Amino acid sequence: MTRPLGKDLLGLEPLSGDQIRLILDTAEPFKEISERAIKKVPTLRGATIVNLFFEASTRTRVSFEFAEKRLSADTVNVAASGSSVSKGETLVDTARNLEAMRIDMVVIRHGASGAARFLADRIESNVINAGDGTHEHPTQGLLDLLTLRDYFKRLAGLKICIVGDVLHSRVARSNIWGLTKMGAEVAVCGPRSLLPSAIEEMGVTVFDRVEAAIEWADALNILRLQLERMQAGYIPSLREYNRVFGVSRERLERAKRDVLILHPGPMNRGVEIDSDVADGPFSVILNQVTNGVAVRMAVLYLLSGGRPELAEAAKKSGGER
Amino acid sequence: MAAPPKQSTILDARSFDRTLRRMADEIVELNNGTDDLVIVGIQRRGVQLAARIVSLIEEREHASVPQGALDITLYRDDLQTVGPRPLVGQTQIPVDVHSQVVVIVDDVLYTGRTIRAALDELADFGRPRRIALAVLIDRGGRELPIQPDIVGKTITADPSQRVDVLVQELDGRNGAVIAAREAEAGT
Repeated sequence: MTRPLGKDLLGLEPLSGDQIRLILDTAEPFKEISERAIKKVPTLRGATIVNLFFEASTRTRVSFEFAEKRLSADTVNVAASGSSVSKGETLVDTARNLEAMRIDMVVIRHGASGAARFLADRIESNVINAGDGTHEHPTQGLLDLLTLRDYFKRLAGLKICIVGDVLHSRVARSNIWGLTKMGAEVAVCGPRSLLPSAIEEMGVTVFDRVEAAIEWADALNILRLQLERMQAGYIPSLREYNRVFGVSRERLERAKRDVLILHPGPMNRGVEIDSDVADGPFSVILNQVTNGVAVRMAVLYLLSGGRPELAEAAKKSGGER
Repeated sequence: MAAPPKQSTILDARSFDRTLRRMADEIVELNNGTDDLVIVGIQRRGVQLAARIVSLIEEREHASVPQGALDITLYRDDLQTVGPRPLVGQTQIPVDVHSQVVVIVDDVLYTGRTIRAALDELADFGRPRRIALAVLIDRGGRELPIQPDIVGKTITADPSQRVDVLVQELDGRNGAVIAAREAEAGT
């Protein structure tokens, strides 16, 4: 019995355009559930999901938890601090112990690139990558795609520029894979010290000046400048960064009339994005957050396989009406 | 073992129209008018039938009745047994159903499991004063204690047969047909 996405969601790179489209289309009806008086459907009743977060996260963790609860799954949150991980237990031992308690899925956020894959290869439960190092953050990429599709009614042919610290960004990577697979044109813009050296090989254009990127793009996805990058010497100062690459209202005057502004959060207002842009008419930053729950519900639904051995018996009992 | 699928007609296009017109009248009669009435079609073909019933009621009664759609996929009791995840359609309930009279419209009533799921889903939107069930074809074979209030046509079909309602929008014509189930047909 084939599963539409396979066992795990580890990134957008391994997915086909059709699989991405299936997730986005499945997310559409899930949006409505969060608008109901009783925001809950019984679909994953009895399924147990562990949210294993080795890195700080508010938005992603809460979003996954809402998605799980609105599908009626039972959820447990494990954070690295305060768990046996802080006593030196390895990732795979932690997961095996959890699996011995008969769980069905693991959502993992980890600082090491490849951690999700490492786990997925060693346990039977479905694994969803909620961000691994600088590798991928597939559900963030998907919710960005869904938000763009909501507004433009298409993804093919759209021009999207990712602005900022692309080098350290798993969000950027998932966006580039997802958008290019769906036929969008992708560009990146930022200081050369924060762009991967072989970025053109991913099929993207590079803008050195943010003004040029703003004129070109249908939408800007502005990345958070991680403040610790300054100490590490990637940029001279936050002020300097804002002066050269910050997206301000003045700069947006040269943009297309219906340009969209995305940001995965958390924002550094006054650094990569000015407040009047973040809160301005072109911003869909909060729509991204709303869509995040729907996209994650869709992924949970599509991954949670039925039990194929029961399918034969069900078929024999005839129709469904 | 697969016998050649022999298909015979239960309703042709004209009897399809006539039947829906009668069902629309019976719905208005059941509710004693069109006040507080909400018509909700079950995805997929129930939605087209509901739309037709709403426009028939509008023609006769000169009143517009709110129309909704229910997709019961996420409430199915066999989600753990079907293989790949079925596609989910749109659910849309345009009004607050609290203390309204909701008429669920579906194409074929068989085991009753779809209706059980629809009742559960509807309850998540509020507490209607009454929920009634209108189906174009009742083919018998119930597995749950569920009965229709309004029926277009009652037939007795064998489990080895399948009953399909056809609508112009999706199938290019209106009607209802019965045929032998293909050997490997899923649900």
